[in-house]
Amino acid sequence: MYIIGERLNGMFMNVRAAIEQRDRQVIHDLVKAQLDGGANALDLNVGPAAGNAAENMIWLVETAREATDASLWIDTPKWSVVQEVIPRTPGKKAINSTKADEEALEKYIGLAAGHGAGVIALTIDKAGVPNDAEKRIELGALILTKAMEGGLPIEDLYIDPIILPVNVAPAQPKNVLEAVRQLATFSDPPPHLVIGLSNLSQKCSNNHLINRTFLAMAMAAGLDSAILDPCDVELVNTAITTELLLGKAIYCDGFLEAYRLQSRG
Amino acid sequence: MKAQDTAQKWTSSVNSVTIGATSADGGTRGKTVAIGGAKCAPWLAYEGDLGRRPAVAIEIWDHVQDGWPEELAKHYGDVMNDPAAWATRAAGFGADLICLRLMGAHPDGANRSPKEAAAAVKAVLEAADLPLIVLGCGVNEKDNDVLPACTQAAAGENCLFGTALEKNYRTLVAACLADGHKLIAESPLDINIAKQVNILAHDVGYPLENIVIYPTTASLGYGLEYVYSIMERGRLAGLGGDPLLRQPVMCDVGIEAWRTKEANASEQTLPGYGPADKRGPLWETLTATNHLMAGAELIVVRHPETVKNTQAAIDVLCG
Repeated sequence: MYIIGERLNGMFMNVRAAIEQRDRQVIHDLVKAQLDGGANALDLNVGPAAGNAAENMIWLVETAREATDASLWIDTPKWSVVQEVIPRTPGKKAINSTKADEEALEKYIGLAAGHGAGVIALTIDKAGVPNDAEKRIELGALILTKAMEGGLPIEDLYIDPIILPVNVAPAQPKNVLEAVRQLATFSDPPPHLVIGLSNLSQKCSNNHLINRTFLAMAMAAGLDSAILDPCDVELVNTAITTELLLGKAIYCDGFLEAYRLQSRG
Repeated sequence: MKAQDTAQKWTSSVNSVTIGATSADGGTRGKTVAIGGAKCAPWLAYEGDLGRRPAVAIEIWDHVQDGWPEELAKHYGDVMNDPAAWATRAAGFGADLICLRLMGAHPDGANRSPKEAAAAVKAVLEAADLPLIVLGCGVNEKDNDVLPACTQAAAGENCLFGTALEKNYRTLVAACLADGHKLIAESPLDINIAKQVNILAHDVGYPLENIVIYPTTASLGYGLEYVYSIMERGRLAGLGGDPLLRQPVMCDVGIEAWRTKEANASEQTLPGYGPADKRGPLWETLTATNHLMAGAELIVVRHPETVKNTQAAIDVLCG
């Protein structure tokens, strides 16, 4: 399971304050806590922090990079920020995210391919988030085609079939599962399939339980990566156990520790 | 029609483990032996680097209570109670290492003291300058008394000591850490436990890259196929990146092959089985080469003829 840590996000008050005050220690601590928890990559989102978004992001990239070689996911809705930040991000990186319309895909995939970066492409088009599995699959096919045309290596492509809060959109988890199941058969090897897990349980009670239950279901359908909170120990344990049950690791009594040993390399 | 390319791409490789220390490293061995390093499934050179040449160790004991099969006694009978003399002779048969099994410590046998066992280790180190493997007698409590004295007696020689077990690892792991030796982690034909022993050793501070896996060995005709499948599963997981299964593998061939009636029975007992002087070494050789095919990096054998045959097989396999 490829885990992308979600905690370096300006939506969190401490991160927002750290960005505004340029407090490197807070960022370094969050990098370490997430990697220790099992993160393989780190999502960076400056959120509503005051100041210039691109400058904030560049500071966040540089500060995170001081503490890790892990892949940094530049999470912003603004093309101008992506364009400015990606060339200035050393090491492994990915763009989070583009929507699935042709023009945007060409632009984002071109930039990513040119800088050896990954791309997260959402199955959203001008009509918004699809209400069913079929439209997600259709947009997934478009994304895959555009990635191939744009020369992006398949291992750098992440398709996100968009999970919505279960209290608002109760039919969507099932649709996402079906989309994941089918998108996982689209190519060999398949594109990475990713979701922003926490969105599923926004403003729900028992949100941790909801997240980890769905994570196991989605992994069984073919999901191989997720943006989530790696400091949620039970959640990461669920991911590790699911991989074990899917035959991706050999059991030993210390299988939770064994996984963490491996993911730390 | 073009044949389909079946080569697997592996993300990892087998760890390299070096046994022995020359004067340059503070020891007295004439050479060191490194094993492991493969980046492909066993012998599939088209997938990647085969790594280092597998090594052959020749087994001796510090004390033999009840004798060895006649075919072995022919070669060692006069030195079986003199480990130094035995080591000197064994070293002349072309093995890469000596493997000293401290059976003299066995409580049902001579029940020798830790001091006596340590003296035997010293004597062997002085008699032959090949890198050394030291194995306990297999009784946990006694090994926990004996082996720390032996790791200490061999400090600086970078020996390979065994074995650490799931239920009995702390003493030997601590002794190997303190005296700078490599470690054999044993599991009873169980891939889950093979991982678990390694993680237990890791938890008490022993480096995973200094471990050699002993997955248990079976003789030809006595469950070898099962050993093969366990070794195969472990190796494929290790090549796929599992850090707890990346260790090179040792197989204890001599003791298993020479337990069988096919290897050790006389021609009178088993008429029609062929001459004993050919049959025993052949049985041991086939057991050894089958474990080589499964990916073993270190083979422990007993008969001089087996050493020769196994080295010849390795020559062929390594091209």
